Amino acid sequence: MPENANELTNLGIKAIRDGVAGGEFTAREVAEAFNAAVASASELNAFIVTTPDHALAAADATDAKRARGEDLGKMGGVPIGMKDLFATKGVQTTAASHILEGFKPQYESTVSQKLWDAGAGMLGKLNLDQFAMGSSNETSYFGNVNSPWKKDGTNAAMSPGGSSGGSSSAVAARIAPAVTGTDTGGSIRQPAAFTGICGIKPTYGRCSRWGVVAFASSLDQAGPMARSVEDCAIMLEAMAGFDPKDATSLEMDVPNWEAALDADLTGKKIGIPREYRMEGTDRAILDSWEQGKAMLRDAGAEIVDVSLPHTKYALPAYYIIAPAEASSNLARYDGVRYGLRDLPEGAGLQDMYAATRAAGFGDEVKRRVLIGTYVLSAGFYDAYYTQAQKIRTLVAQDFEKAFEACDVILAPTTPTASFPLGSLNDDPLTMYLNDVFAVPASLAGLPAMSVPATVNSDGLPLGLQIVGKPFDEQGVLNAGLAIEQRAGFDAKPEKWW
Amino acid sequence: MTSYRIQGAKGEWEVVIGLEVHAQVTSNAKLFSGASTAFGAEPNTQVSLVDAAMPGMLPVPNRECIRQAVRTGMAIEAQINKWSRFDRKNYFYADLPQGYQISQLYHPIVGEGQLLIEADEKAGIPEDKIIGIERIHVEQDAGKLMHDQHPTMSYVDLNRTGIALMEIVSKPDMRSPAEAGAYVRKLRSILRYVGSCDGNMEEGSMRADVNVSVRRPGEEFGTRTETKNVNSVRFVMQVIEYEANRQVDVIENGGTVDQETRLFDVATGTTRTMRSKEDAHDYRYFPDPDLLPLELEDSFLEDCRASLPELPDAKRARYESQLGLTPYNARELTAEVETFGRFETLLAATVAKIGKPEAEVATQVANWALSVAPGVVKSLGEEANIANATAEAQASILAMQDKGEISGGQAKEIYEIVLRTGRDPQEIADTEGLKQVSDTGAIEAAIDEIIANNTDKVEEYRGGKDKLFGFFVGQTMKAMQGKANPAVVNQLLKDKLG
Repeated sequence: MPENANELTNLGIKAIRDGVAGGEFTAREVAEAFNAAVASASELNAFIVTTPDHALAAADATDAKRARGEDLGKMGGVPIGMKDLFATKGVQTTAASHILEGFKPQYESTVSQKLWDAGAGMLGKLNLDQFAMGSSNETSYFGNVNSPWKKDGTNAAMSPGGSSGGSSSAVAARIAPAVTGTDTGGSIRQPAAFTGICGIKPTYGRCSRWGVVAFASSLDQAGPMARSVEDCAIMLEAMAGFDPKDATSLEMDVPNWEAALDADLTGKKIGIPREYRMEGTDRAILDSWEQGKAMLRDAGAEIVDVSLPHTKYALPAYYIIAPAEASSNLARYDGVRYGLRDLPEGAGLQDMYAATRAAGFGDEVKRRVLIGTYVLSAGFYDAYYTQAQKIRTLVAQDFEKAFEACDVILAPTTPTASFPLGSLNDDPLTMYLNDVFAVPASLAGLPAMSVPATVNSDGLPLGLQIVGKPFDEQGVLNAGLAIEQRAGFDAKPEKWW
Repeated sequence: MTSYRIQGAKGEWEVVIGLEVHAQVTSNAKLFSGASTAFGAEPNTQVSLVDAAMPGMLPVPNRECIRQAVRTGMAIEAQINKWSRFDRKNYFYADLPQGYQISQLYHPIVGEGQLLIEADEKAGIPEDKIIGIERIHVEQDAGKLMHDQHPTMSYVDLNRTGIALMEIVSKPDMRSPAEAGAYVRKLRSILRYVGSCDGNMEEGSMRADVNVSVRRPGEEFGTRTETKNVNSVRFVMQVIEYEANRQVDVIENGGTVDQETRLFDVATGTTRTMRSKEDAHDYRYFPDPDLLPLELEDSFLEDCRASLPELPDAKRARYESQLGLTPYNARELTAEVETFGRFETLLAATVAKIGKPEAEVATQVANWALSVAPGVVKSLGEEANIANATAEAQASILAMQDKGEISGGQAKEIYEIVLRTGRDPQEIADTEGLKQVSDTGAIEAAIDEIIANNTDKVEEYRGGKDKLFGFFVGQTMKAMQGKANPAVVNQLLKDKLG
């Protein structure tokens, strides 16, 4: 066993799994170390509820299996954080909203169940932007999440990104070795980039959406967030797989991504989309993009220019499609069957709806429900929703064409580094621009990941994004691994919490 | 041909009718969840997490419901759309947990088809008529609100939530209540033949939205009203009569008909406004992002087609052309699944017993099945045990009759005893003396005596008064106590009277 628990909490999935399997330490020791780290990090506000007993029970089960000589599973002995968008049986599941406060599902989401089946345990439910709507983790009913990172020389609270902000904060702060995230328009990749960790959104349909509180069904995709590409590969294997309970689930076998990891990119072509050179992108981001190209060239790949001509329409289209779906998906939160019910004295059904939803949803959720309702309304549907769907098709076709000339695409994950909490509150459009590089891959349903590249002059992490062909998570992971090996990203936030 | 017309104070009006029939798909499970669909269960006992719209729950199409919709489409000779899609119809109501109904607005699974309603002079349908069907789409049913369980609150029962419905939309092709009634009956019959809906209107398995407008004959369509959830053929016809007359009154009094949704009041037989066009919901239909488009493979369609039974029109035609039944008998026997089922079983059993081709016994079996047997059952009332009315027993009776062993009257008497006791018809005929005498010796003796006692009548007959033949038959049957075989009696009388 390592000399102190601190060393255990520095470990990632692979190191913990292999250490437990090899008898270097017990799963219980690992769970206890992370439980303690979580308990001491309340200032980050990364967790909405903690579930130390869940983590310990899973750890004990793993230790018992080891004693019996049984297989420990892909994630045996690894405690993880669960984004509070995944339904967890008997454990409060809120989507960071007031309307679901206190809601304890009678069911377990497919993805979380798969993780438990693979030997993982749960440290707690991670904070997020309410209903996954946000890019800074400032829309949670349970308060902002703080990034463990600080801008050099300042003490301002920084955004961990969103919507998987509790997830990114926890992994970066090393209070969880890995976590689940969900990505609708960048919600895994942008927080990963802001906090110097890895995160992959697989091809749409790889991970079941069953039991994941829906934001925008045609875009929502779960994925892992961890501190290494290899850990992402391991955890994604545990999360993915066909689920007959999700009609959009991919009926494909899950590849052995971990085993096939290979940073040698000889013969591979890396596409550089010229339309991603956008105004307003930080110089440091553009520089890191150049460095990324050099790293991949060094790994044996050829760099080619590609064009994604409809890129500039992707973000507006996304902000029509996602709210449209959300406005309908969130109609079920009506105070009738579960969650918050606000029934004013003498109120009828319509009054109950209005009061419940007014009290239960935050401002950003209301904004998107209103936008979505508007764009689907009679007389506006064709002008907005139909047009947006056409753009979505064109964006997907852009990628198809680009992939005729390359194997994966390299781009920045975000146009800027993290920003102080509160700095963009009055400017939703600028906030939405955070996802400008992330959204196109979401619209096209493509696998995409962010890996840490470097830190900027403020000491804040920057990420690089790799987008792959449909079902080619392996190509994305391999390119990510090549960057990871060459970037040598070893910056860590200094502990202040 | 006389057309149905509303006689207004200021002339004649024609009524134009279109029907949207909601038919509950026969399936053990709901359209997008595994929950049961059995009728009459305790409230909220047949509700899955999907039906209750719990967070993160997803719909998965039930293949059986899709199959039934396709088979129904094929039965109305409709175009089957190999590519269709589900849309969400968004509105808030307590019986709609998702806040939207999954339906098919833009791309329904079944396109245009048609249905034949038969001429029925008595009902006011002078000739056969084809009614066009616009489409069939598949959608979820809603739950049920219960307002009588609590003084101030309403309760919700979600058992029905998510059950699969087919919405069968006709073209505005009907012109009278009778045609609409015939359309609903025919549609119900087809659904029951196909087995895609039990057609039980009392339990709500089938209900109609009735679209009615009036116009001067031959002019443009008028403004229509839609009366919702009408749940019997009779009520459909009532709604049309009431609405058509109401609309004529409105127009003739200088008003205009509002395009609106109305409700039928069963107690008064009238309709009233439910919501006007201004209050109409904006349903914000859009493709359901939880579901992929429905793509039907050729093999699936072939299986659906192969599984279709002989349908009412084809069966009726075959009964006339191949079995030689009268149009009336053919229509009556093919109207309902149960009727033709019983008939075909009895026909097969009778053919097996008699050993003649179907066509030679079909008329006898049809008359028995449609009038003789029901008459006996009716006359017995509660004494009849229908369980005894087996095809085997009835075929035995028909076979004895065919062979001349029993008369028609004896057949009824034997059937009465069968229904009461379940005894074997052959045994009844033997032990109860319910058999005809075909022994020519006994009959000849009786005839000889009658001829001897009625020499005057014999002379008259021989002199050309043919009508007297019946007198001799009657006398002979009387002498034989009704048990003589009429054919034998006839033959012997002819021989002896010369």
